[in-house]
Amino acid sequence: MTRRGRRLLAGLSVGLALLAAGSLLWGRYPAPPGLTPWALWRDPLAWQLVWKLRLPRLLAALTTGGVLAVAGLTMQMVFRNPLVEPGFLGVSPGAAFGAALGILYLGASPWAVQLSATVFAFVGLGLTYGLARRLRYGGWILRMVLAGLAVSALLSAGLGLLKYLADPLTQLPEIVFWLLGGLWGTRWSNLLPVLLLSLPALALLWALRWRLNLLTLSENAAFALGAAPARERAGVLALAVVATAAVVSLAGMIGWVGLMVPHLARRLVGADARAALPTALVLGSGFTLLCDDLARGLVGGEIPLGILTSLLGAAAFLLLLSSAPKT
Amino acid sequence: MNTPAYRVRGLTFGYRPSRAVLKDLNFDLPAQAVTAVLGPNATGKSTLLHLLLGLWSAWEGSIHLLGKPLSAYTQAARSRLVALVPQREHVPFAFRVREYVLLGRSPYLGLLAQPTEDDQAQVEGVLRRLGIASLADRQVASLSGGEHQMVLVARALVQNAPVLLLDEPTAHLDLGNKRRILHLLRDLPAAGHTVVFTTHDPQAAAHVADYILMLRGGRLLFAGPPAEALTPARLSTLYDVPLQVTRFQGQTVIF
Repeated sequence: MTRRGRRLLAGLSVGLALLAAGSLLWGRYPAPPGLTPWALWRDPLAWQLVWKLRLPRLLAALTTGGVLAVAGLTMQMVFRNPLVEPGFLGVSPGAAFGAALGILYLGASPWAVQLSATVFAFVGLGLTYGLARRLRYGGWILRMVLAGLAVSALLSAGLGLLKYLADPLTQLPEIVFWLLGGLWGTRWSNLLPVLLLSLPALALLWALRWRLNLLTLSENAAFALGAAPARERAGVLALAVVATAAVVSLAGMIGWVGLMVPHLARRLVGADARAALPTALVLGSGFTLLCDDLARGLVGGEIPLGILTSLLGAAAFLLLLSSAPKT
Repeated sequence: MNTPAYRVRGLTFGYRPSRAVLKDLNFDLPAQAVTAVLGPNATGKSTLLHLLLGLWSAWEGSIHLLGKPLSAYTQAARSRLVALVPQREHVPFAFRVREYVLLGRSPYLGLLAQPTEDDQAQVEGVLRRLGIASLADRQVASLSGGEHQMVLVARALVQNAPVLLLDEPTAHLDLGNKRRILHLLRDLPAAGHTVVFTTHDPQAAAHVADYILMLRGGRLLFAGPPAEALTPARLSTLYDVPLQVTRFQGQTVIF
């Protein structure tokens, strides 16, 4: 990593730590803009609020953003395509279908919805993989992309059907709200399984960051350099998908983080994943936490997080693409 | 001749069943010499190179690398012995030249390892040796054809492998860059390298090759030194047009 990259990453990390500390205090209790640090000592209710609601939600936002950004970067590199995002390969449509199914037929308890979303995220991926193996057209990457498109369309149709069947007064709004994405339901109890799945995957991807560079080469070049490209790509992909499925099951559809943040990270520190991956991790966590702070504190009600990440993410993406890159 | 770098016997291979691309090839490739695999387009030259790399396994026949069956090497051991310079490769991300060339150190680094200062120093050394140190901070996608080819050769040299396979290294280059690459190849055996490159240009082969394999329609037309290979009769058969050969100032000229 260049010295400039290291300095930038250190600066971003300090910024993230400050943002996280501020986020614990920021909110609508006791009145906007939130608590003072010493209120935590004096006010037991404030302490309860921070420990039981704000801290798990903060960790959920950091994990969600970090996972989506790192998984996005990983998938873009493995597929050698900068337009891929982590919900790709049927993962997000699978989770959405699973969540809707949970809301309709499993009593709509948060646990059931989360479990059903996780299971169907993997079902989506499994269908994509199985279909890609059977396709008789194009190379491995093209087959996975085509299979992903087909499976996504299939699951979206299934989701449409579930929406059509849902009770328009009780179940439909719940499905719609879940699809818009948000972290308002986060407690320690539903956060811990997500952390257990996503943090080890994230740590492994971080350890593999230099290897990711190698996997962006053509099949025969990577092979000549001692890699087993197909096997290594599949392994890295599995890590990214496991982590993504876990956070999507909790947060719902959080758009644009996985697409925009890797681009921003590469623009800031270059394509080398040794620098780009940690930068994407910090930026993705920070961006999502900032959006979640706005989601819960800007107005009296809750703004769905997915709306804010899409709005700000797409705006940032357009800014990024319309400004000239440094060469 | 010493132990050949490659010993190939009865090699037959194809991508689809019952459609063989290479048919019953038999040849030895000399070590520490430059071999040109010569032939018209779409005649199996790149396929042969990929077989020598170990990317595919043969339908029939055997390939020995430095006296041992190619399939008996582990992936890691093989990648320390054989390096590939692919045809100009699409790089979808804005890697800088020194990051891209550093990938040549992969055979020496474990799955979870990170390259060290020493690996980076080897990269800088090779870039200087090839006279392209000034490109180190450029983005690979912004390089010209000749520069990109030099960078690909640099990545293969950083791999420190005695055998270098190059796929059409001069195909899209102008005359100056073509000469630069060919002279570089010619000088590599003195540094201990065995060089095998494919080309459809007999002039390039005439310029640097110590040994020539002539491939036509997936079969070996001839294997031997340039003086015996580059004759009007053989070249005319190879390319299916009448060709002449003459000598001018010590060089073979084909027209």
